[in-house]
This record gives sequence, C-alpha cells and structure tokens, in this order.
Amino acid sequence: MTAESRNRLIAIGAILVAGAALAWIAFGNIGQNLVYYWKPSEMIAQGDKAFGATIRLGGVVVPGSLVWSAEHTSLTFEVADTHLPTAPKVKVKSDVTPPQMFREGIGVVVEGTYAPDLVFKTNRLMVNHSNEYRAPGADGGMPAGDWKESLTQADEKK
Amino acid sequence: MPAFVTFTLLIVVLSAVVAHVVVAKVRPWLWKLVAALGTVMLVGLCYLGLVWAPPEQYMSNVGRILYVHVPHIWVALAAFTLNVGCGVAYLLKKSWVTDALAEASAEVGVYFGAAGVAMGSIWARPTWGVWWDWDPRLISTTVMLLAYVGYLALRSFTEDPERRATWSSAAAILSYVSLPIVWYSVRWWNSLHQVQSSTSTVDKPMGQVLLWGLVTMLCWLFVFIVKRYEIARSRQTAAMELPPLEAPRPEAA
Repeated sequence: MTAESRNRLIAIGAILVAGAALAWIAFGNIGQNLVYYWKPSEMIAQGDKAFGATIRLGGVVVPGSLVWSAEHTSLTFEVADTHLPTAPKVKVKSDVTPPQMFREGIGVVVEGTYAPDLVFKTNRLMVNHSNEYRAPGADGGMPAGDWKESLTQADEKK
Repeated sequence: MPAFVTFTLLIVVLSAVVAHVVVAKVRPWLWKLVAALGTVMLVGLCYLGLVWAPPEQYMSNVGRILYVHVPHIWVALAAFTLNVGCGVAYLLKKSWVTDALAEASAEVGVYFGAAGVAMGSIWARPTWGVWWDWDPRLISTTVMLLAYVGYLALRSFTEDPERRATWSSAAAILSYVSLPIVWYSVRWWNSLHQVQSSTSTVDKPMGQVLLWGLVTMLCWLFVFIVKRYEIARSRQTAAMELPPLEAPRPEAA
C-alpha cells in the first residue's frame, strides 16, 4: 500500500468515526441522559423521584409572585415553564442575594432541593439572559436618556 | 447578522490566507496592510462599542462585551474550520504547506477560543450571577478547546514530521466533531446560555457594532495565522532541509 492510499484510508476512517460520533450525540438518546436543568413541568412529572436530591430547575419568574423579605433576607417567587399564565409552576425559596438582572419575567436557573411540601429551596440562583439585545426604551425597558442610571433601576423606571 | 455577510467575510479572509500562501509577491505587504486595517478597526471598535452604541436595556454597559466575546468565538470556529480543511487536504495530497497552515490555524484558534471563553466568564458573573456553571454550551466549548490543545500536544510530541502531519490530520478531523456540538448545544439541551441571536433580536446599531467587531477580529485572525504559518514553515525548513519558501538559500561559502 502506498503512503498516499494509506493516508486516504486514514482520512475516510477519521471522517467515519467523527460522523458516527456526531450522529450518536445529535440523534441518540444522550439528550435524555444529560440534563442541565428541568423545567417545572418536567420536575413535577418525576413525582417522588424529584424530592431530596440536588437538582436544577429552570424557567421564568412568574410576574407578581416575587416576595422579598429584607429582615429575613429571604426571597420567594414562582418559576413557570413559559410566560403563559396557564404554564405549570413551582414555588421557590432562596436564601441568596440574586444578581442585579433578577426581576419578574426573566429566565432563571436555580440549584437546590425540592421537598414534599412542594417548595424548591435554593442556594444558587442564576439569571438567564435571552438572545435579545435592545437599546433602552426600545420595547418598554428604561426610557432613553436614563440609561446612565444604575442597572438596578431598570424595573422602577418602567 | 445576515448569514450571507458572514459567509462573504469568511470567503474574503480564506482567499487572503490562500493568496498569502500561494502568491509570493503579496507575502511581504498583505499582512502589513491587514494589520494596519485591524489596528484602525480596533481603535474604531473601542469607540463604537464603548461610546457610540447604546447600552443594553437590562444589562446596561455590561452588555457591551458582546462586541468582543462573540467575534472572538466566531473567528475561533473559523480557524478550526480552516484547520480541518487543511487536515483533509493533507490526507488527500501530501503537502508541507497544508500541514503548516493546519498547525497555525489550530494554535490561533485556541488563542481566540480561550480569550472568548474568558470574556464570556467575565460577562456571566454580573449577568447570570456566576463565573461558571455546568451548562451544555460551556462544557462543550471547553471540550472543544481541550481537543485542540490535545491536537497541539500531539503535534509537539511526534518527532517524525511525516507521521506528525498524517496523524495530526486525523486528530483534526476528530476534533472538529466538537464544533457542531458547540453550535447546537444551546438548542439540543436546556441551557443557561442564550440561543443564537438574529437580526430580529438585536437592535440595528448593536448589530452594526457586532459586525464591525467581527471584521476587526477577522483581520487579526488573518495576521496571526499567516505569521504563525511562516514560523511553522521555517521550522519545517530547518528540520528537514526543505527547499526554502521564497528564493533559493544562499550557499555557504
């Protein structure tokens, strides 16, 4: 076998292995085994299995559900699958200070445990930014001109 | 960003790399021209990104890192694509040129990718609230970078140049599997990282600065790759006494 045809075999072999690996990841069952977070509906569907273990829950903060107690530094809110009012939701209790971006209607991922009292207790709260990048005031954010104000004032200025 | 703009830019940069490699005449000046353009564009990007563009409505000034984070990752993906192209080309037809270009593009790609990930981490802390989390996009990007670090390690551990060229080409093809996984990770799995933006989800001035940032980084991608390519070529020449690139070497008197 010449060096050239050996190299061609190596090329075909490598491409086949690479293609097979990619197909396995893309179309195989790996998606069900590798779960970064559950949505509320997915977590509820687990039934009793969801209780106790450290898991991640992801969704949107239900508008109107946010309660912040400054004296107990506790934060409770509801996380829903989607923005639809009928979407399944779970009550979340957090004892950490959320990032400044945190507000009602934003996406969150919380890490913690779900208990039989149907409250998800978290000590790690992450805010999920969407793929939208808008200037202030473009769709009801901060009014144009006030953007030099602090980030935290975004909600009050609405 | 319209796909055809990105595609056209990539074709332009790829043609410039090929021109540098194939046409000896452009070699002394083309990279200087692009480096000058890149410098001007970089200064312009500082102004456009930090002053001219509006802040993001929720992230405020923090969101401005978009203009460097995303172009860094994009050009890293472009570099790895050039790398796999060179790898396949080498296996089909042996050439020290494609081998050197493969080495250059992998190394430059690792640089841009690592810088892009570092910026992403800096962006994540004030917005997500964490520097890092075990998110599918973050894991797959790390795996991709590690694959290319492994590729570079394989190159430096293999003494025989021909074996190195052959087996690193195979490694290039295998490493490239990670790119589609990185790209689609935000769609295949629940992810903390947002999915790809499009022209409809980015305000026009922000999209324009992002495009400016992409062109800036593509200029530097070109300069870094062709200079690194020349280093790789001169190492090959030194190692194997190949005929030199430009003129016949002056005979030792």
